[in-house]
Amino acid sequence: MIKSNSGIRKTDVINRRMFIIGAAKVLVFAGIIARLFSLQINENKKYLTLSDKNRIREWKLPPTRGNIVDYFGNIIAGNLKVYQLHIIPEQVENFNYLLVRLKNLLNLSDKRIAKINKLKSELKPWDSIIVSENLSWSQFVKINNYLYDLVGIKPVMTISRNYPFNDVYTHVLGYVSQPNEQEILENETIQERFVPGMKIGKLGLEKRLENHLIGTNAIQRYEVNAYGKRINQLEHQKGEQGSKIRLTVDTEIQKACGELLNEKAGSISVMDIYTGDIIAMYSSPSYNPNLFLFGISQDEWQLIRNNPLKPLINKTLSGLYSPGSTIKPIVALSALENNVIDTKFKVKCTGKMELYGQTFHCWKEKGHGWVSLKNAMKQSCDTYFYEVARLLGVDRLNITAEKFGLGKKVLGDYFDIEKKGLFPSTKWKKNNLGKGWVLGETLITGIGQGYIQTTPLQLCMMTAQIANGGFAVKPKIIVDSNPISYEDAKQSMESGLLFDTDSEKLLDKKLFKNQKNIEIVQEAMFASTNERFGTSYKSRIDDPKYQFAGKTGTSQVKRISKRERELDLELEQIPYKDRDHALYVAYGPYVNPRYALSIIVEHGGSGSKAAAPIAKKLFKLIIDRHDLRNKQSNFERITV
Amino acid sequence: MFQHDRLNNEITLFQKIKNLDYILLISVILLSLLSVFVMYSTDGGEILFHTKNHFVKLAVFFPLMIFVAFFNIKFWHNFSYIIYFIVILLLIYVSFFGIKSSGSQRWMDLYLFVLQPSELMKVAIIMCLAKYYHRLKIENVNSFTSITIVLSIIIIPVIFVIAQPDLGTSILIALSGLIILWLGGMKIKYFIYSFITFLISLPFIISFLKPYQKLRILTFLDPDRDPLGAGYQIIQSKIAIGSGGLNGKGFLKGTQSYLDFLPEKHTDFIFTLFSEEFGFIGSVGLLILYSIIIFRIVRIGAISRSNFARLFCFGYAFAIFIYIVVNLSMVLGLLPIVGSPLPIMSYGGSSMLATMIGFGIVLSAKINHKQMIA
Repeated sequence: MIKSNSGIRKTDVINRRMFIIGAAKVLVFAGIIARLFSLQINENKKYLTLSDKNRIREWKLPPTRGNIVDYFGNIIAGNLKVYQLHIIPEQVENFNYLLVRLKNLLNLSDKRIAKINKLKSELKPWDSIIVSENLSWSQFVKINNYLYDLVGIKPVMTISRNYPFNDVYTHVLGYVSQPNEQEILENETIQERFVPGMKIGKLGLEKRLENHLIGTNAIQRYEVNAYGKRINQLEHQKGEQGSKIRLTVDTEIQKACGELLNEKAGSISVMDIYTGDIIAMYSSPSYNPNLFLFGISQDEWQLIRNNPLKPLINKTLSGLYSPGSTIKPIVALSALENNVIDTKFKVKCTGKMELYGQTFHCWKEKGHGWVSLKNAMKQSCDTYFYEVARLLGVDRLNITAEKFGLGKKVLGDYFDIEKKGLFPSTKWKKNNLGKGWVLGETLITGIGQGYIQTTPLQLCMMTAQIANGGFAVKPKIIVDSNPISYEDAKQSMESGLLFDTDSEKLLDKKLFKNQKNIEIVQEAMFASTNERFGTSYKSRIDDPKYQFAGKTGTSQVKRISKRERELDLELEQIPYKDRDHALYVAYGPYVNPRYALSIIVEHGGSGSKAAAPIAKKLFKLIIDRHDLRNKQSNFERITV
Repeated sequence: MFQHDRLNNEITLFQKIKNLDYILLISVILLSLLSVFVMYSTDGGEILFHTKNHFVKLAVFFPLMIFVAFFNIKFWHNFSYIIYFIVILLLIYVSFFGIKSSGSQRWMDLYLFVLQPSELMKVAIIMCLAKYYHRLKIENVNSFTSITIVLSIIIIPVIFVIAQPDLGTSILIALSGLIILWLGGMKIKYFIYSFITFLISLPFIISFLKPYQKLRILTFLDPDRDPLGAGYQIIQSKIAIGSGGLNGKGFLKGTQSYLDFLPEKHTDFIFTLFSEEFGFIGSVGLLILYSIIIFRIVRIGAISRSNFARLFCFGYAFAIFIYIVVNLSMVLGLLPIVGSPLPIMSYGGSSMLATMIGFGIVLSAKINHKQMIA
């Protein structure tokens, strides 16, 4: 009984204590349910987001660059489908075998094979390795034929920049290539859109207009696992192609410039004298920008770099030349404007001029005799311009020259390689060289030698502003949102006002005091080309439709010694480096002029023999294409 | 007396079957089936290694449970000490000859499957202490001798398991033992005193912990301190559960587990996957299923005539409860990560074996609830 009693008592204890535990259990389970509730119901959104963040990963694809077109809408920088070959290591059965096969099929170098092996060890097994960035069509076909045997490879089609006209526009457009780290860091847009394998503008307009051309990334959303392997694609968000940019250039003329300067070092610029549209801007020799797209080979690079004609230099914008006699229209105009001379003013040329014991030679040893402005310009008499410059003084000449755009950048900040050039003044010399101006320097400035330095494009603009009657033009290479028509531009100019699209104001862009003076200079330039004894008389076109006016220039690259002067060597007898640069500036047609151009042939000899004949060939084409261009002006307005 | 004896001895197989607790049985079957489906989901919706093995183990251990149930509760009472000592011997064996895996030595190879004796100890300790308290006079419960004995019974296996090292299981063994001490009538003040002592000595205990264990505690306190390292498991687990929402993402559609963000999804984190796919409703449902099982076990204890059966059932019900609580608290970020499986649901033979044996003894108590044990 005692045993039984204690048994009952023990049972009570157990039951009582069990009850306490039972209550505790309910509380704890309630607590767990509360926790579940807070995670799954209250904070569900937060955790759903986190879960999506875990599983969804975005892959940015390289954006498609905007096209660059010429004035007529021809694509001059476009995009091309390219064929690439990728390896996906995890799908490969026998990696070494595959490499041997690919090596034979594609002629891969040992270096490339080593690189692929290195990439394989660095990347995750499901990350694709790019074997070849740019397969030719025949290689692509070959690979596709052997696909059954090449397990783990993936032929891929992608888009790459392409320059259909090869070297024609290199100095205008530049080219694209893989960016380096600094380039990515410098540009926020590139930084944001950068994807490995993407190419960016390295030079020229491709670089300057990067943010317009770049386009937006296409985005692919994939579900990934914890190790980052793509499981399946969820979404494909299309990217937008970069803006299309229309240039003012005419491919036919640009191409012709290239042909005319074939195997020569030099530059041709052509400009609409009213709108300031740059019709052509060619620097010779050029090089093929397509070579840079997939990394230029060392050999090809050395070939370009070591070419003595220096294809890497944009001679139109950053080549600095003494303008030689092509400056004479400005000297004449400045003298006329400052009433230093008039049309009747005459100088007797004896072939040389003595000043303070120094002899200044005219190019014609025998002299031109008594010459007036027209004759001096026509025959490019140096003595006449020595005298005019002496009377005028360098500072007054400087004012006129700068008005016409010398010593200033022509295209503003579109090309960071563009040079300002230099038109000297007494103040400039004092500030920069710390020496006083010498009268002899005024004389040689008057024939475009000495300190004076100009770019071919500056000379072109200078000529355009003389040709249009002495009005400032705003040169441009990109068709802006509100293109001003040729007629409007001409009209507003002749009313003495110029519509400035930047400030949207009519501005007084008269560069002259007396329009008569401009006409005198124009007539003199006409004579130089179209009258007997004119320096470019041989290059004239009599048909008034194509008739043009121009001024030759021959710029010395070194001082001519007395001995050399006496020898009077033929061009071929002088070493290439010592030969004169040949220059020619012109505008046409003479009646109702429309276009101005400047031509420079480096070390080409005299302007009349080497440069002016090029103008003759070019003007026919330029004028012939004028009507086409006029029809095109409202073709498409593309905003930058 | 005679009548009782006659009753006990003459119970037929038919009566045994009739006396089984069918609610408990059905709940266990439901839980088993559910666990197979969840395992199938962890295999990514294919019948792979884990699903197959889990199913095979269920197919073996479920009949084992019935087999255990058909032994008289008296038999289990008689063999309790022996079973306890056998498991102690197994623990000693693994501490010398056990299989090492990921830094701990807790398994022995039985050719057919790998046994983890510490899991068996979870049940054996309850049996051993239930028998001890069954036989102990109520007056002696708080005597120095008996307290020394029961503490030894708990501490000996705990020391072996900690040494493996396996903190999670040793805590569960200790808690399973302590609950019998509580039920047996040990003075409440002893529990309070030892709890206070535990709190005071906590800093010293922590200083004895292995670096990875300390890291787990730190991680528990602030999972974000190292989100890709030590905190990764708990963060991913919370994301999976939280993103499940009310209805869950659907069977086989748990992205966190499917895409391998969940660690240990077959074993300790099985609930995470379940909760992600079946949501709040599913999780509460699972808790209800577990509650039914616990409630049925408690009820069997309550109708048992013998204190051994009563203590075992109450103790075992509490043990199941504590396994669930520790596991869920861990995956819900309420407790530091200590390895502890979720009964039946988690992949793992030893845990399932022990759980099924436990259920078997409970069912044996039900069949023989009128059995008196001297």
